[in-house]
Amino acid sequence: MEGIAIRLQDLRKSFGETTAVAGVDLEIRDGEFFSMLGPSGSGKTTVLRLIAGFETPTAGGIELAGQEVTGLAPFERDVHTVFQDYALFPHMTVEQNVAYGLKIRKVPKAERLVRARKALAEVRLEGFGARRPAQLSGGQRQRVALARALVGRPRVLLLDEPLGALDLKLREQMQVELKELQREVGITFVFVTHDQQEALTMSDRIAVFDQGRIQQVGTPAEIYERPATPFVASFVGTSNLIEGESAQRVVGAPGVYSIRPEKIRVLKESAESDEPEHATATGTVAEVVYLGDTTRFLVDLDAGGRLTALQQNLETSAEDVAAYRGTRVRLQWHHRHTVRVPDTR
Amino acid sequence: MTVVAERAGGQGTVRRLAGALHRRPRLRLALLLTAPLLWLTVLYLGSLAVLFVSAFWTTNSFTSQVVKVWSTDNFHELLTTPVYRQVILRSIGVALAVTVLCAVIAFPLAFYTARVARPKWRPLLVVAILTPLWASYLVKVYAWRLILSEGGLADWMLKPFGAGGPGFGLPATVLTLTYLWLPYMILPIHTALEQLPANLLDASADLGARSWRTFRSVVVPMVLPSVAAGSIFTFSLSLGDYITVQIVGGKTQLIGNVVYSNIELNLPMAAALGTVPVVVIVVYLLAMRRTGALSSL
Ligand SMILES: Nc1ncnc2c1ncn2[C@@H]1O[C@H](COP(=O)(O)OP(=O)(O)OP(=O)(O)O)[C@@H](O)[C@H]1O
Ligand SMILES: [Mg+2]
Repeated sequence: MEGIAIRLQDLRKSFGETTAVAGVDLEIRDGEFFSMLGPSGSGKTTVLRLIAGFETPTAGGIELAGQEVTGLAPFERDVHTVFQDYALFPHMTVEQNVAYGLKIRKVPKAERLVRARKALAEVRLEGFGARRPAQLSGGQRQRVALARALVGRPRVLLLDEPLGALDLKLREQMQVELKELQREVGITFVFVTHDQQEALTMSDRIAVFDQGRIQQVGTPAEIYERPATPFVASFVGTSNLIEGESAQRVVGAPGVYSIRPEKIRVLKESAESDEPEHATATGTVAEVVYLGDTTRFLVDLDAGGRLTALQQNLETSAEDVAAYRGTRVRLQWHHRHTVRVPDTR
Repeated sequence: MTVVAERAGGQGTVRRLAGALHRRPRLRLALLLTAPLLWLTVLYLGSLAVLFVSAFWTTNSFTSQVVKVWSTDNFHELLTTPVYRQVILRSIGVALAVTVLCAVIAFPLAFYTARVARPKWRPLLVVAILTPLWASYLVKVYAWRLILSEGGLADWMLKPFGAGGPGFGLPATVLTLTYLWLPYMILPIHTALEQLPANLLDASADLGARSWRTFRSVVVPMVLPSVAAGSIFTFSLSLGDYITVQIVGGKTQLIGNVVYSNIELNLPMAAALGTVPVVVIVVYLLAMRRTGALSSL
């Protein structure tokens, strides 16, 4: 069970002058839901295309299930891809699209049909088999692409921002469905996204990419609670760093520190705190944003720097919120939420 | 002050007119299309109607005068005289042969210009495909007459292989027509291949298809409507041709040159014969419509 599905060794890819992937080492386990998270242009798609075999690496190696595949063509690799824009064949029906891979592998026609229908049922598209891709909605097309990639039961499924084109509601629904599907079929999913929320909610592990390099690999909790670099701290979750002079005065030691906004409580300045395990800092509220279920406070610290604090709206309402602007407050959080971030910059 | 007011007023009228037109899309369409539609109906369909009507007249066989008496004799003669039947079938055969040859030659060429050649060379290659269209039709056909003539280029080139050129005749006609109409087939195929999304080819390979399989199952079916579109040009242009066959066709008789030689002697018969390609092409268009070719023209 605990095999390695994909191993990347010092993988590099340049397009002329631009370096898209600048040395990636990675091991993805069998049956894992693995996400690649990173800003636009950080090389996620390129890594995926290298794994699928659409691009040849400039240097480095790729292993699938322990087998070296670096020089192999896409049709020689046991991975299937769900493309960002679905790439459904417009001249085929939904059913023909799904059965395409089986037909190439010479699966008998009757069995092909049964399996295609079953795959369509898995993505809840029974009865859509006779339609053309053009007659489907975006979410339905996305699910056809998923069924087409899943029906051959590959060892690994690569998904390039498959939910990118969907609206928020459908997106959240598809996130849940995708995760359930992965659990059912037990295939390794490599999921590319630039949405940190999506990565945090769906993944077993996440690799955070920046400028063609991996900044950190870990579980969602590790990534969120213990960011390994300032980039990870600011890209995943709201950036909330204190450093330099202000770190010296608030934390009592130099360095870069990250405090997650929801860990910080906003109190009246006069509220005295004598609990030894709590850190505090005073400041002035620069901005308040009412977010419905929560309120976000941006506080300019007297020690220098700015922190964001997120408060549940237990009793506060939208009207109260505006009154906070410009007032003096005391921020308080537990010491263990002050996370030292190794300064790699 | 008044000028401003007047201008504002003028603009108001234009604006109201524009608004009114915007609310009445049919009226807008009518205004836009009246002139071209008149041209189309009066000149184009009108002359077709004259052709069709005159096909039902007859001639006095001594004086070659047109006798405006209604009769279906011409059509009857067309369908029962073996010579006419042969000419019609031969013409359709030539048009089909030219179309098939054009498609077979154009596909690899277009594949090269659209997907294999370096992107920066592609526009240049398209221009190269188009250049023959800028030369005069007659010049090109006479060039082929030179090539195919006895001791011409074709003979000279085939001599080492112990063969000779086709000489003038039916094969020469097909060959020359294929050359003439080839660009009309290459262009639509080139466009279709160029617009073929690269990720469809990736997706096919991803699902296990080798290049040849992807070509058969994805590229060809997606480009087929454009082949059909190109075939409309090559088929109808070949069916209507009467000059090429006169220059390189030897004694070959096709609808075009039979009509041409009948115009002086027996105008109604020529007209009757002239309606045949029209009917054939309409049938061909209807057949092609089913392939989706008309929407990819
Ligand atoms: N075919 C190509 N030719 C040239 N440069 C490329 C090519 N593909 C990608 N790049 C470059 O490589 C870098 C990484 O691109 P990539 O598509 O992998 O980013 P990404 O992380 O997927 O971004 P996004 O989230 O916007 O999809 C970018 O700077 C991009 O411009
Ligand atoms: Mg991408």
